[in-house]
Amino acid sequence: MVRIIGNFDIAEEVVQDSLLAALETWPEQGIPDRPGAWLMTTARRRAIDLLRRDHRYADKVALLERSTVNPDPPEADDRLRLIFTCCHPALATEAQVALTLRAVAGFTTQEIAAAFLVSEPTMAQRIVRAKRKIVEANIPYRVPQGPELVPRVDAVLAVLYLMFNEGYLSHSPATAMRRDLAEDAQWLTLLVDRLMPNQPEVLGLLALTMLNLARSAARFDAAGEMVLLPDQDRALWDRAKIAEGISTLERAGSMRAPGPYQLQAAIAAVHAESRSWQETDWPQIVRLYDALLGMSSSPVVRLNRAVALAQVAGPEVALGEVNDLAIALAGYHLLHSTRAELLDQLGEHQLAREARLRALELCQNPAERSLLERKLAG
Amino acid sequence: MKYVLLFVGTMEDQERFENMPADQMEAGMKAAGKWFEDYSRAGKIVGGEQLKGPQTATTVRFNDGKPIVTDGPFVESKEIIGGFAVVEVKDLDEALEMAKSWPAGPVEVWPAVER
Repeated sequence: MVRIIGNFDIAEEVVQDSLLAALETWPEQGIPDRPGAWLMTTARRRAIDLLRRDHRYADKVALLERSTVNPDPPEADDRLRLIFTCCHPALATEAQVALTLRAVAGFTTQEIAAAFLVSEPTMAQRIVRAKRKIVEANIPYRVPQGPELVPRVDAVLAVLYLMFNEGYLSHSPATAMRRDLAEDAQWLTLLVDRLMPNQPEVLGLLALTMLNLARSAARFDAAGEMVLLPDQDRALWDRAKIAEGISTLERAGSMRAPGPYQLQAAIAAVHAESRSWQETDWPQIVRLYDALLGMSSSPVVRLNRAVALAQVAGPEVALGEVNDLAIALAGYHLLHSTRAELLDQLGEHQLAREARLRALELCQNPAERSLLERKLAG
Repeated sequence: MKYVLLFVGTMEDQERFENMPADQMEAGMKAAGKWFEDYSRAGKIVGGEQLKGPQTATTVRFNDGKPIVTDGPFVESKEIIGGFAVVEVKDLDEALEMAKSWPAGPVEVWPAVER
């Protein structure tokens, strides 16, 4: 579209319209066999409608009407180009996320502002600046090729992962979980997979979103209170989604190019296949975290590993690991609540209480806050 | 489209460079020279220079229209510009490819105003 119309704003508007149409139609009629061609047809039709209103574009309308939809080669799909352009590393990460939500997923500026806790004018400015940079710096509207492709796919996945996490467990004080945002991130990942098949890390992220969303029904009780993994009623987990997630992960694994999303999905898969918290294959989970740490040494991953380690080596060893992260994650509420759990297990209830109070000070999510408050009261 | 690639670095980088053993400095200069040569041959470089150190720079500014000459660069910072290249390429990605292959430190990529 941008290529044909030569104007990022109009093309974006058109693509958005067709994506909205897709979001409305697909849930009822199912995803068409060739979503790319379908979207392109819809986008072309709408572009013609829009441009007809504007005489200056008369020539371009003629051009569009002459062009026929290219039947399906993935590189011809404009949505993919749009995603790669929105997730270009020359744009700031927040701008990448905002632009993807706006231009690809069709969110309003107001919705994006609300999801990321900034004012609407701030978000509007962020989006305008990003669009301007695309035009002024001449960020190309294309899917990168060759050695450039893998790092650029990583950048796209990072945006979708961020979007998914924000949806899955919001930072916002207003809502605990924004399933629409999480499901949209999953839908976009699915779209990327359709347009660019057989990318192991795309499949890894897709599997991760499936396995996490499969647990949705068990994550909150009837009163809307959050239920953590050890206490979840596993009968409420969606077995069909879990099976889908696992087979997606297996497809990724068969390509023998492991990556952080596949490993995180593998961890989620071990949980999904366990009958209970106690019967979980903890040594396997620790090994998967070790592999993940081998790829990127993130303190948050180390914290998660420590939780699994507590099941294998006991709370004292795990607490040592967690204390090592005290400086790196001083402002992260889960460091303090994890410490609290381990201290409780060691009988240090006073210290546990102090850690939990600190976690409460740092936590914004209402469901997590309520959980901490209940533990403090109990 | 035209872009200006600014070869930037810290004061410490500059000092380290100036105090390098002769053979290392020569190797570094050679790599940078080859970069310029290769891209010039490909027709992508329009112009460029290596700059002498910031202690050699002079700034002229104006006070009520009257020029005032002072020692040193205008921007007082720990970062300096060691040189620049003006490149003529298709789009930002191509300019970034060039920047990624620059052998001597960080590069700022600025699109130039088109006339």
